[in-house]
Amino acid sequence: MSLRPADEAAVTTVTDGLDVAAPSGTPEPTLTVDMRGVDRWFATNPALTDLDLSVPEGAITVLLGPNGAGKTTAIRMITGALAPDAGTVRTFGLDPIDDGEEVRRRCGVVSAKPALYDRLSGRGNLEYAAELYGLGRHADDRIVAAADRFGIFEALDQKVGGYSTGMKTRLALARSVLHDPELLLYDEPTSGLDPESSHAVLDLIREMTAEGRTVVMCTHLLVEAEGLADRIVVLDGGTDLLTGSQEELTRLYWPPNLVHIGAQDPSLLGSLGKWDGVLAMETEVPNRPGVVQVQLDDPARIPDLVDRLVAEGVRLNRVEPHEPTLEDLYFAVRRDHRERRQTDERRGLAPVRPPTQLDTLAESEEIR
Amino acid sequence: MSATVVPTPVKAERARRKGSLNWERTFTVTRTELRQLYESKDFWVPMVILGGFFFVVVPTILLLAISSIGNVSAIQQVSDALKLLPDTARSAVPQGVGPSTQVSYVLAVYLFAPIAVVVPLTISTAVGASSIVGERERGTGEFLAHSPAGVKEIYLGKLIASLVPGYITTIVGFGLYSLIVNTIVGGKVGGWFFPTASWWLLILWVLPPFMAIALSLVLRLSARVKSTAAAQQAAGLVTFPLIIIAYSQSTGALLGSGAPILAFGIGLVAWLIAFALLSTGFRSLTRGRLLGVADER
Repeated sequence: MSLRPADEAAVTTVTDGLDVAAPSGTPEPTLTVDMRGVDRWFATNPALTDLDLSVPEGAITVLLGPNGAGKTTAIRMITGALAPDAGTVRTFGLDPIDDGEEVRRRCGVVSAKPALYDRLSGRGNLEYAAELYGLGRHADDRIVAAADRFGIFEALDQKVGGYSTGMKTRLALARSVLHDPELLLYDEPTSGLDPESSHAVLDLIREMTAEGRTVVMCTHLLVEAEGLADRIVVLDGGTDLLTGSQEELTRLYWPPNLVHIGAQDPSLLGSLGKWDGVLAMETEVPNRPGVVQVQLDDPARIPDLVDRLVAEGVRLNRVEPHEPTLEDLYFAVRRDHRERRQTDERRGLAPVRPPTQLDTLAESEEIR
Repeated sequence: MSATVVPTPVKAERARRKGSLNWERTFTVTRTELRQLYESKDFWVPMVILGGFFFVVVPTILLLAISSIGNVSAIQQVSDALKLLPDTARSAVPQGVGPSTQVSYVLAVYLFAPIAVVVPLTISTAVGASSIVGERERGTGEFLAHSPAGVKEIYLGKLIASLVPGYITTIVGFGLYSLIVNTIVGGKVGGWFFPTASWWLLILWVLPPFMAIALSLVLRLSARVKSTAAAQQAAGLVTFPLIIIAYSQSTGALLGSGAPILAFGIGLVAWLIAFALLSTGFRSLTRGRLLGVADER
């Protein structure tokens, strides 16, 4: 059994930016954002290269990648704040360059820096947004409601310059929903927040999708994306490596029904691979010395497996279903992408290019 | 992956700018800029001191001093120096009054006021220089770039917000100045004399377009440079033409003749240039520049 994608066709498309499609028969979701083959250069540096990105309506899509992967540039393309050099961008089915005002009116954005006016009060900042977004000069009710929702009401009349980082983020979030947008674009919204505040912000983001809004969130924090994302897009070097739900992506790299089994004497587990219902066995599991990994045809076999091992005198110290985390997935994608590219370069199928940040980052240094 | 080529950035920029101007949003930008200025005591207190010094303190002290010391030899020497003024300017100086009154008149019309002209421009260019690059430095450009406001609206809103403090300074400053010089010198020259006809033209017709020209250039710089400090350095150069006007006026060479046609002509040309610069100035501002991305076209 291998930890590599079993299907060679799938492997090929992974390197091109695989979109793990929903099972056949599932109706195609309406796309709020549809980017195809988008390129964007800053001076001589490519920021986006052949990026495909689709964001289904009403879902949380997380753009995952290290700094410089193109997440922020992608967000800027979605609102039309930046124009693509090549490719097409459609937001709500509109071209955000030609119909920028319409697109931006329907988007709420929180950038990595909260982008607030320190000399104005919280209320002043929200009033400015209300007027620019066409709510008029009398949007007091909305301002109060938004501030109240994000727990910033008490500080509304204080100057933003005196706010803490958490308060600024909450105010920026309140500003992003003031005009009741359909699409929320959050670029690392928990940047600089303590864990408690980060949790609160993520809970608020969850709440907003429950109301039917579409959310695109950029992060390089795997722990944030875990459990929050309906759909994950792994970016590196300005291109999409992989797209799908965490479960769909996990299945690409790990088959179902994996179980980790540990024993005081691991050599006694050697015959497991030949047992009924055990489809495959891996005797070496990364970072788990003395543990074997088996793939069962049915998870209901686990109690029988344990009974039989105990009956044979094996003293077990671990039996656990293996559910790969997003971190496992991320580094599997990274490893696979790098190996594929190196192979292509050796074969002359792909141009030799400098290593991307993903290649050069010390593992887990930046991506956690 | 399909890669359909879409409009080039140049075309895209053109398309982005084709939207009509929303004046409500423009004035929202203006109002918010002014609100921030009002909240920035560290900015406007020095500016008030600067204006107060040139419009109030200097003329009051010097005119009172000249009036009180009378026709001493120093005043006589300055009075003799008035002969260096162009004939037309000299003819405007009241005759049949003492040398100290003549000196006071000349200082009020040809020296203090021209120097004070630079104050409104200094204030406006200081506001304008930081307006766009300041958004970028503070990160608030990101908010504007993602907002429905068009770049024209943002540009115009900031331009108006930069002009307003300068014009307010002009009106209030010259109002106070007139009050002071007319109170101290007016009684001796037969009544209120300032602003003279030339000064009315200068204040209402010549100064505004020059300020608009200077600010349209300052905002272009502000959109392009990397820091507020760089914008303010460059803005110093833009104020140079107005300093020349002030110098010309102080020597009586420009409007000292009281020739309103010349003032009107200069103003007209300045207005034409100002409109040309203002109508194209917004091109210097793109959303990419608000975001501070490299090599934004």
